[in-house]
Amino acid sequence: MPQVTLSVNGTQMTAEVEGRTLLVELLRDRFRLTGTHIGCDTSQCGACAVHVDGALVKACTALALDLDGADVTTIEGMAGADGTLSPVQQAFQDHHGLQCGFCTPGMVMAAAALLSENPKPTEAEIREYLEGNICRCTGYHNIVKAILAASGQPVDDLAASVA
Amino acid sequence: MYDFDFAKPATIAEARAALNSDEAQALGGGQTLLPTMKQRLAAPGLLVSLTGIAEMKGVRPTADGQLVIGGATTHAMVAAEAAAHYPALADLARRIGDPAVRNRGTIGGSLANNDPSACYPAAVLASGATIVTDSREIAADDFFDGMFGTALEDGEIITGVRFPLPREADYQKFVQPASRFALVGVFVARFSDGVRVAVTGAGAQGVFRWTEAEAALSADFSRDAVAALAVPDVEMISDMHAAGDYRAHLVRVMTGRAVAAAR
Repeated sequence: MPQVTLSVNGTQMTAEVEGRTLLVELLRDRFRLTGTHIGCDTSQCGACAVHVDGALVKACTALALDLDGADVTTIEGMAGADGTLSPVQQAFQDHHGLQCGFCTPGMVMAAAALLSENPKPTEAEIREYLEGNICRCTGYHNIVKAILAASGQPVDDLAASVA
Repeated sequence: MYDFDFAKPATIAEARAALNSDEAQALGGGQTLLPTMKQRLAAPGLLVSLTGIAEMKGVRPTADGQLVIGGATTHAMVAAEAAAHYPALADLARRIGDPAVRNRGTIGGSLANNDPSACYPAAVLASGATIVTDSREIAADDFFDGMFGTALEDGEIITGVRFPLPREADYQKFVQPASRFALVGVFVARFSDGVRVAVTGAGAQGVFRWTEAEAALSADFSRDAVAALAVPDVEMISDMHAAGDYRAHLVRVMTGRAVAAAR
């Protein structure tokens, strides 16, 4: 079987895979990084979102072999080695940006990608960027609030406008 | 998904050789093909990824004032790199699907698939662009051939697309809110010698030119000129999301908006 080598959260990892092996299967089943979730498996929900060479990608819709040599960051790579949460993760906790938590890994990866492209997004830009990430619990409001907070912007106006 | 062999050539010549088999299928960013294969609606024996071919990536202005976009260029890259040259095209690319899809999906893949609701076919047809393949050049007017149909031969690769640059242009998309595909999308491009109008998402045979609007707008480039027209006399898609007569109405509305917003 062909081999694939990725840098995953800074560590070189190699596995033998089939042609059809998806990135999300490689991460979860072979590398045991189960923070990346499989929600819909049809490219719609974004629970499997990771960063590939810095760009947001749905890991259920990318072949492992196609990404040979890539630099992948998953939710496990977001917190510091000592467990200190990333600013986005901390903001999700502070602003209750999750309920069941299933979509949260994808939401955090999407939010981090947004803030690296656009450090001070507006509420509308945040909502637009999250088009490919579905949450069935929160109604998105506290997710948007958390991302605004993680960008260092005030969130009080947001709460008032959607009362 | 059924298993398959996988190849990732580094040059167009290698890709062409790999695709010389009934079992082989070209793979762009995979944002349509992989979901299709998961549903077992397609089961190629060999996937040939085109995303490792450096000469098929990027956005490049030509000496004669056109813009060439490599076939394996992602929507995100077009959004970023075409903005200075062809703002309406960059704006269209910026609104395809969602951010993760835009980071993988390619212009060549979108055109080869010719989904009746895809955005790029409208830009290519309205711009009068040229599809460049590994073996020939195909005018946009000759390329699209009904829903999911194109003039491409088996194994033929879209290596790039060459866009003439209009004086002004705009793309208006009325999105189906769940899928983000165009329920109706209209691209209007105004050249010194006339106006071209292409419609996606609406026609039962896929993307089409609205020639009555082109004639009216070539004479008078205004919203009023569009408002005075009857809705296009083209068979429309009619489904649970929108009836055909509603789509026809939207074509006229979105064309008017595109004219008003063109820059």
